[in-house]
Amino acid sequence: MGILSQKDQAESLPDFRNLGVIARVLVGVNFAALIATAVRATTLEELAQGMLEIAVVMEPALLGSMVLLYFASPALSRQPYRAGIATVFAIVVSLTLASWGLRVAASEDMGAAAAIRSVAFGVLVTAFLAGYFGLRARAFSPALVEARLQALQARIRPHFLFNSLNAVLSLIRTDARRAESALEDLAELYRMLMADTKSLTTLANELEVTRQYLNLEHLRLGERLDVAWRTEAAPPEAMVPPLLLQPLVENAVYHGIEPGIEPGTIEIAVYSEGDRVHVRLTNPYHPEHQHRPGNRMALANIRERLALHFDVEGTLEQGVVGTNYEIHMVMPYRRAPA
Amino acid sequence: MNDAPLRIFIVDDEAPARSRLRELLGDLSAELPNVVVGEAANGQEGLARLPDTAPDVALVDIQMPQMSGMEFARHLARLERPPAVVFVTAHDQYAVEAFEVNAIDYLLKPVRAQRLAGALAKAAASGPLDREALARASHGPRRYLSVTERGRILLVPVAVVLYMKAELKYVTLRTPEREYLVEESLTSLEREFVALFVRVHRNCLVARRAIKGFERVTDGDGEGAGWAVLVEGCEAALPVSRRQWPAVRSLTSA
Repeated sequence: MGILSQKDQAESLPDFRNLGVIARVLVGVNFAALIATAVRATTLEELAQGMLEIAVVMEPALLGSMVLLYFASPALSRQPYRAGIATVFAIVVSLTLASWGLRVAASEDMGAAAAIRSVAFGVLVTAFLAGYFGLRARAFSPALVEARLQALQARIRPHFLFNSLNAVLSLIRTDARRAESALEDLAELYRMLMADTKSLTTLANELEVTRQYLNLEHLRLGERLDVAWRTEAAPPEAMVPPLLLQPLVENAVYHGIEPGIEPGTIEIAVYSEGDRVHVRLTNPYHPEHQHRPGNRMALANIRERLALHFDVEGTLEQGVVGTNYEIHMVMPYRRAPA
Repeated sequence: MNDAPLRIFIVDDEAPARSRLRELLGDLSAELPNVVVGEAANGQEGLARLPDTAPDVALVDIQMPQMSGMEFARHLARLERPPAVVFVTAHDQYAVEAFEVNAIDYLLKPVRAQRLAGALAKAAASGPLDREALARASHGPRRYLSVTERGRILLVPVAVVLYMKAELKYVTLRTPEREYLVEESLTSLEREFVALFVRVHRNCLVARRAIKGFERVTDGDGEGAGWAVLVEGCEAALPVSRRQWPAVRSLTSA
């Protein structure tokens, strides 16, 4: 499950297992505590004292809430948004009270006023964060994301479609069977391109689409295109955003194979390492052809989609290594729901 | 119009695209007698093979590796009897716009037999493309300069040219190995290759990457001392005109 809900709705809880979300919550809450204390304090000592007071109640409550939410995240995401957010508030309030209770039990001098202050602070900060994540989701969400994704999808090059159709036409009289399977590949590729791309797909699916795409490219480029697949260690059930690998491979063909007269090799390595899925893509580098448009935009698009789905846990790096161009993409390893 | 079949040469980097054109030409042979005299998978191969086959029309794909179809057509124009050219493209917004503006005929892939027949008839009737229109429609600088020697087209990669010097009707290209004469104007060469060459004198452009240094020289005309640019890979010391000196000098300090 990504930051985006799989359901087509505007409001959804953030993914509490996402590193980006966790970091945003921790920083947000502590920053709010600092501000709240600073407003009341008149001297530096008071500020330190105030921070300490808040910290002893707030930090255990905050960390406890984050741990609880971490484990409850899958269950919460199945709830309607209202029930989910109510649960979040309930967890925050009860843990704050529990944390205050612990302090009182440890015979610390803390009155009921401190309890009210702490709970009020917790509720306010939670409400603020809920609003923030809501805005963030909306900024990335339905209408806007749809428009962006559509722009991205339109990016599959018309050049490729028309050349592929032309290649299929050339086969019809001589090799009807190959023409048939090529049209099937083309149909499936375009079905994928036009599908709803908000939900994740399995890695096995994405690899299959990429294979179909490469079959078509092979048809028109023949022996100029050589592909080395290193996918033995790829976890087929890992969930990935759809059409993330295919555009990268399309880029590799467009920039690495088409500008060359000599045959070139595209290497596609996919493997998992711990809780990460790695994709390494290598293609020949043609420095003199870097004026071919589109590369930067395509990569920016992929980066944006990685961020939409995985926040800071999805990364993409690219660079020239010797005579090759290399892309290294890392995503969190999410398993398909059983 | 004579009865001899139209001689056609095909240049496309995708084998299926070439065989599709052959098929279509076969279908058309009753209404438009034609014969495919040769084909090539890229511009360089095309320039090497085409002159011997003496075609009437060349069908040329735009997007090809190393040398675009447009550049291929420009080099082709050096032949004594260049064929007419019909461009074919799958989807190249830029080229299509440029063709429209410059009234150059083109076909879109997948190509229809009737459109192909029409374009061939028109091209055969109107003959070779206008060189100027072709140059205007081109996008970006060429990668090669071409010269004809004994009926063949020689390609000189722009990347190996050290300097270009205007001499009467011709421009001399100097590479580390030898010199070539091309029939182009230094002014248009300067405009096209401004990113790679710098003008050092009214009659001379030097490759920016080949500038080794400068030396002080005394002018033969007795006009006093001036500067000359030393060029990597050859012995030449090319005089820098007083007007160009500030611009040229700033290149090396940068």
